[in-house]
Amino acid sequence: MLRGLWKLTWLEIKIFLREPLGAFGSIFFPVLVFVVAGRWFSGARVPTAAATRVLSVDLPAFVAVLIALSAVLSLVTIIAIYREGGILRRLRATPLRPQTILTAHVLAKLALTLVTMALMVLASKRYYPIPVHVPLISFAVALLISTWSILSLGFLIASIVPTARFAQPIGAAILYPMLGLCGLFVPLQSLPRGLHALARANPLTYAVSLLGGIWKGEAWSAHLGDVAALVVVFAVCTALAARVFRWE
Amino acid sequence: MGDFGTPGPVIQVRGIRKSYGATVAVSDVSFDVNEGEIFGLIGPNGAGKTTTMECVEGVRRPDGGTISILGLDPFRDVYALQNRIGVQLQQAQLQKRIKVWEALDLWASLYTNAVDGDRLLEQLGLENKRDAWFMTLSGGQKQRLFIALALINDPEVVFLDELTTGLDPQARRAIWELVRGIRERGKTVFMTTHLMEEAERLCDRVAILEHGKIIDIGTPEQLVRRHCPTRTVLLATESAGAEERLRAMPGAATVTRHDARYTLEGQGEDFVTEVIQCLSENRIRVTDFRTVLPNLEDVFLKLTGHSIRD
Ligand SMILES: Nc1ncnc2c1ncn2[C@@H]1O[C@H](COP(=O)(O)OP(=O)(O)O)[C@@H](O)[C@H]1O
Ligand SMILES: [Mg+2]
Repeated sequence: MLRGLWKLTWLEIKIFLREPLGAFGSIFFPVLVFVVAGRWFSGARVPTAAATRVLSVDLPAFVAVLIALSAVLSLVTIIAIYREGGILRRLRATPLRPQTILTAHVLAKLALTLVTMALMVLASKRYYPIPVHVPLISFAVALLISTWSILSLGFLIASIVPTARFAQPIGAAILYPMLGLCGLFVPLQSLPRGLHALARANPLTYAVSLLGGIWKGEAWSAHLGDVAALVVVFAVCTALAARVFRWE
Repeated sequence: MGDFGTPGPVIQVRGIRKSYGATVAVSDVSFDVNEGEIFGLIGPNGAGKTTTMECVEGVRRPDGGTISILGLDPFRDVYALQNRIGVQLQQAQLQKRIKVWEALDLWASLYTNAVDGDRLLEQLGLENKRDAWFMTLSGGQKQRLFIALALINDPEVVFLDELTTGLDPQARRAIWELVRGIRERGKTVFMTTHLMEEAERLCDRVAILEHGKIIDIGTPEQLVRRHCPTRTVLLATESAGAEERLRAMPGAATVTRHDARYTLEGQGEDFVTEVIQCLSENRIRVTDFRTVLPNLEDVFLKLTGHSIRD
């Protein structure tokens, strides 16, 4: 079952880093947003109390979700390209198990997510306007759980995109609007009832709550609900994707 | 397996069927592939060659019929089978930026016994492309890499699906040489092609497939003899009495003449000899003499009523 998994994972990481903009888009861009937006919010334009809240919780949670989303978007694109080029077909005609091929992609994305997170935390020590004390391990685990859960959504999206050319735009059109309803930009309580229900069905809502909470040092016990919701999202999306996923 | 010394069938296909929705891709196909031969499935695009081959590889499951390969059921025993076969798929690609050695290294790690990848690259003339990305290879180099991947586990049966489609004639000839080399190493080759010349030069036996059905199976020579027994001789002579003598030959079915050029048609292997004897007995001086032998292209035309390119 595991035959070839590590080799394929490592290979997919290397191949991804060889892509022009591959590393920049998914590793440096979120970190850049983090630093630049942090500077901007610390400027005098925003009232201090609100700015502190943004800087201490909202912005880190937003950037962390951005890291997860860019991993998912890149997964959707890669799967679509691999399917269209017959690469998935070629790999399946080897002793590699189908699950191994997909698991290798998930592991590759999780590894890149961790690297990006490490850069984000490093940047927060040097360039962030307010002092940061992140519980590193906990935050890494929270980010891995969030990314892993949303990646399963990525497989669902990858199943429905018709061609590789549309994978990126369709993926972005589905994933980025979800950011608008995750409680970051508009508080959940102030949403009308219909949208509120939608926000509660949005996995990003739980990811943001978990990531923001862990970043500012809250205990896991305060976020068990978030973790449970993310696990449910994973289970549902994986079950659905297993039914509709197309290899060619 | 057969008795000692007599190669038996390594693949037995009996009455397989496969439909995609309303499209019947393969219906009631049966054939054997013998140990150590190059067996070709030939037919036009859409005939069902790839579908048939992928059923034998265990990549697809037929709707009906039975397949036995190396004593295994390809669909049920697919993981046991994969260690013993090598596969090149039609229109498959690798990751654009995977390096040649990385692909071989990954493949080698997947099989229980793998041969030395660098030696394979050398044998296939790819040694200086070891560090090249897949996307930078030419069409012929990509196909040679796919052959290398198909050979990495030292397989007993090698599947090649439209190996030379899209290659220029020179690259094609080079690939043919490599395929003969695979047979020389004692392996069985099961290939498909829609190029009759390729089948004729390479295959020990062929099965002609059209609209998902096998029309006939045999060596290229057998098929030609069976379906196109007519031999044609083209010759040129200024000799005055030639026409009369040639028309008098018992074996000559038709004789047509354009000035000094004659076209003679007759049945059977001996017809050419008969023409030569007639010329020499009557001391007819010829300035040109050619024979036109029918080939698989003609067999296909005869059997289906249309050219394979239509
Ligand atoms: N995955 C598929 N889905 C639907 N139809 C298919 C599929 N694969 C092949 N076909 C159809 O089955 C028929 C046989 O195809 P194929 O086996 O690829 O023929 P060949 O390899 O001889 O060109 C064609 O009509 C083709 O359109
Ligand atoms: Mg084909």
